[in-house]
Amino acid sequence: MSTEVEARQTVEPATTTLAAPARNKSHYPYWFYLPAAVIFFVFFVVPTFSSFFFSLTRWDLSDWEFIGLENYVAFFQESALLTGLKNTLIYALVTCGLKVVLGMALALLLTSPIIAKGFLRSVAFFPVLVSTIGVGLTFQVLMDPSNGLINKSLGVAGIEGPAWLVDPKFALLSVALVDVWKGVGLATVIFIAGIVSIPREYFEASAVDGASAFQRFRRIILPLSKPATTTVIILALIGGLRSFDLIWAMTRGGPGFTSDVIASVIYKQYQAGFYGLSTAGNVVLFLLVTAIVFPLFRFFTRQEVDL
Amino acid sequence: MRTKTHLWLGLLGIVLFAVVFLVPFAFILFTAAKTATEAGKLQFSLPTTWTLLQNFGDALRARDYMLIIAFINSIVLTVASITALVVLSAMVAYVLQRRESRWSGLVNMLVLSGLIIPPAVVPTVWVLQKLGLFKTLTGLIFIEIAFGLSFCILLFRAFIATIPRDLDEAAIIDGAGPTRLFFKVIFPLLRSVMVTVIIVQSVAIFNDFANPLYFLPGDENATVQLTVFNFQSQFNTQYNLLFADILLITIPPLLLFLFLNRRIVEGMTAGAVKG
Repeated sequence: MSTEVEARQTVEPATTTLAAPARNKSHYPYWFYLPAAVIFFVFFVVPTFSSFFFSLTRWDLSDWEFIGLENYVAFFQESALLTGLKNTLIYALVTCGLKVVLGMALALLLTSPIIAKGFLRSVAFFPVLVSTIGVGLTFQVLMDPSNGLINKSLGVAGIEGPAWLVDPKFALLSVALVDVWKGVGLATVIFIAGIVSIPREYFEASAVDGASAFQRFRRIILPLSKPATTTVIILALIGGLRSFDLIWAMTRGGPGFTSDVIASVIYKQYQAGFYGLSTAGNVVLFLLVTAIVFPLFRFFTRQEVDL
Repeated sequence: MRTKTHLWLGLLGIVLFAVVFLVPFAFILFTAAKTATEAGKLQFSLPTTWTLLQNFGDALRARDYMLIIAFINSIVLTVASITALVVLSAMVAYVLQRRESRWSGLVNMLVLSGLIIPPAVVPTVWVLQKLGLFKTLTGLIFIEIAFGLSFCILLFRAFIATIPRDLDEAAIIDGAGPTRLFFKVIFPLLRSVMVTVIIVQSVAIFNDFANPLYFLPGDENATVQLTVFNFQSQFNTQYNLLFADILLITIPPLLLFLFLNRRIVEGMTAGAVKG
């Protein structure tokens, strides 16, 4: 995540080699790039670039016919596909927002002097490592409208739970909540790492000045854990915009198309044999991710320099 | 007074965390141990009779030992891709960190794009098909390598930056060529970050669902995630077997987690905090 910053740092040590620059250079041969570069080029760069071309064709993997922007027109005229675009944005924003807020809250709790911190941190982090499919299928059962554990528990408390995955209004949101459940542990440990790296002197000074807990959070923790916040936001956005596994495991885009996201539309069109249309979806997703993440990345790194 | 509120806060935290994070796992375990009829009620309760081992056996035997074959496939996939990933990304990270040149900008940009850009599904299928690698484990191994490189390179590069160049120079004076310098001197020093890379990536690849779904469809060489996903439609009346499957694929990450918890957290937050 820190390419720009580190790239600048790496320039400095080079001064030690002033004496014999030409000889020294050959000790770090370019061919070390080669095996990785070949694999990356063939299996990532080529497909990415060719996707721009194939999105303009009608295509069956062996023959293609150039049809201009027809796939894109189809994509933006089909309301089911447009729902996918809208849902992708909602899903990314909801999961990202909740992960930031809840992750920060949990990190604050777990950096305060309470008992069993290590255990609680482990418990919150474990779902990060568990298979997305396993989590998805488990929550599918837990969210069962009538027999599921969640609605039964809510029923005991006198609340009538929603139909979760079966209700078109709640399906996408339900999956997003499970995504947060699974991913909040990662956000939490990143925030914890950010908070513990704040020098203790700040807290001691604020205690001397009689700052309240809220002031300590607002004036010290929040601004000084900004790099951690940046990382959480960017990771969560990238993950949220590209999300496929959980949605596919839990709803397959249903009921109807109400929880479809671009990634699931891409897969459905691919299954249906509309390869050009599927690839157009890929290009739309590519543009969406790039248009959101790259500017954000630049914005955050520039702000850090100002601090 | 202060410590007392913290005690209560801690206890409240434990209860809340247990309900939110542990109950789902307890549910998996209990359901996996029930008989088919009892599991079908979807209740959160202790099984009246524990038939866990028998359910494991049934789940493993289902569809001609499909899950066992899938485990073998997943392990081959994970081990092969991780081995290649470690060696290849360490080589790239090493030259990238040590040798500033006009290529560095381009390489950095490619690394970053590999991290951000969603892979194009159908064009990748097309490339694999042209190479005769579509629906082969070899093809999927290459895919996992290509998609994992960026993350590994970033981790290795940050670590290599902390290895003093004096070491390189000492080895060079002793007459080590570039290949020996890297593989005999630098590579062994990367052990700690290597452990991190191996853990984080093996969890990611073992749990990967989308790439096997796209690039390795078909039953003959399914991976565990795909198998469990397909079992869902087959077992929808036998929740005990479905959850026995889920439990089985949760055990490998659980073992990793129990022994290497700290290492994993370190790895996943590495570099993150610096921005």
